[in-house]
Amino acid sequence: MTELTCIVCPIGCRLRVTRELDGLKVTGNECRRGEEYAKDEVTAPKRIVTAVVKVDEGERMLPVKTAQAIPKEIIFLAMEEIKEIIVAPPVTSGQVIKENLAGTGVALVATKHCK
Amino acid sequence: MSKIIDVDLVVIGAGPAGLAAAIAAAESGVEKILLVERQEELGGILLQCIHNGFGLRYFKEELTGPEYAQRFIDQLVRHPQIMVKTETMVVEITADRRVATTNATEGLVYYQARAIILAMGCRERPRGAINIPGTRPAGIYTAGSIQHLMNIEGYLPGREAVILGSGDIGLIMARRLTLEGLRVQAVLELMPYSNGLNRNVTQCLEDYNIPLYLSHTVVEIIGEKRIEGVKAAPVDENLKPIFEKSFNLSCDTLILSVGLIPENELSLMAGVELDPITGGPVVDSFYQTTVAGIFACGNVAHVHDLVDDVSEESKVAGRAAAAYLAGKTAAQEQLRFKAGRNIRSIVPQSVSIDLPTTIYLRARFPERNATLHVGNGKARQRVVSPGETIHYVVKPEDLKGNSGFVPVSLEGGQVND
Repeated sequence: MTELTCIVCPIGCRLRVTRELDGLKVTGNECRRGEEYAKDEVTAPKRIVTAVVKVDEGERMLPVKTAQAIPKEIIFLAMEEIKEIIVAPPVTSGQVIKENLAGTGVALVATKHCK
Repeated sequence: MSKIIDVDLVVIGAGPAGLAAAIAAAESGVEKILLVERQEELGGILLQCIHNGFGLRYFKEELTGPEYAQRFIDQLVRHPQIMVKTETMVVEITADRRVATTNATEGLVYYQARAIILAMGCRERPRGAINIPGTRPAGIYTAGSIQHLMNIEGYLPGREAVILGSGDIGLIMARRLTLEGLRVQAVLELMPYSNGLNRNVTQCLEDYNIPLYLSHTVVEIIGEKRIEGVKAAPVDENLKPIFEKSFNLSCDTLILSVGLIPENELSLMAGVELDPITGGPVVDSFYQTTVAGIFACGNVAHVHDLVDDVSEESKVAGRAAAAYLAGKTAAQEQLRFKAGRNIRSIVPQSVSIDLPTTIYLRARFPERNATLHVGNGKARQRVVSPGETIHYVVKPEDLKGNSGFVPVSLEGGQVND
């Protein structure tokens, strides 16, 4: 049995995952997303990564995020790629900054407008 | 005195509280609204909160701080009755709702408002508020100032950090520093439990194997020009350090995440009564303070865990200010709450007897399987933690038979795991 704190929303349910004959069983979750999170967490944990990138000749950084959660073990590799990025303004929130970040198939997108 | 401009409503601060309140007031028919922001951009602290997890309750989707702010900023174009002034400071307000502002182009300008919404937010407790002995070297920051330096300006504060206090900003920054290549030696927390949300302990510390030392504090700062380390020690049940058990942690950066204080200098100028527990104005169901026509919402009223709650309550305040301006808030009977067992704070501090009101509670200590009592109303609380707000909707029937004070308490919980 594995005990987890759900990170899907701020309620932070205490989840219990047990391995049954017919697959993984999750208890303690208040919603279905908690069940999905728990199953992912014990098999292939994933996280959304947020960071900032440089703006060409800009004084302020541009915040970015991965459009979907990426495998936990690739987070630091993804950060290495993110650190190299310099974007040219203007950028609109939601715009793709880099496709296929660190080979994950997931795009890095802007989370703020930048003139 | 220079000229005085008449407006219906002045909203002070354009963070999440001020934005939601101004928009709600406009939607409720207020015609002349002035929204004042001291920064260059609208959005307040959300602009530096680049992490995700915002909006799950309010928008039913997961957003980052800047995205959450933009949702509200985008609504402003539909409300030309909201006049926005950025890089403008409110320097004085009075009980009769005169507001003095200043900025670089207009100098000092006075407004006569018929109502005011206070939405100035809060600030961090600095080193001086917690009395750490030792030298005064460079390299000691609050968590929010590190967040600003890294996320807005793009600077790294150092190479090796210790974080004192487990507030949410401290936990979020522990992860952020780690992702940017700093080594976070430890998070030290004076209390025997984390002050942040449990999910943040999981996703910010446990994910990156950052040790959390509960019941520990910093007893000495080491270093002359730049901090070189701290001496940490466990504390006893009276929170007194056990010096014999102290140990050294090396670091070139010490980050303080030791609490937030509502920013109420302006409120005091207008004679608004503050609650000594929350540090914010005493408000009623409509977020009206003890001064008629002056409302308060967001972190200036009480420190929130979630911006979603800020938006909800600020909408209530904005609509209530509109009702006040329309002369529709005739004497509503309100009952004041009285905090009982394991209740630290209650906001609003009083509640209308004839309409449902969402209240936000904080507990004094952690416990499990307690029952929350609010007047005649009850609600089961599986897990109670001082770091997590308890929400309850007070219904008129909860108040039946109560006169004077409405008792609020947590009963029958198990204190030890």
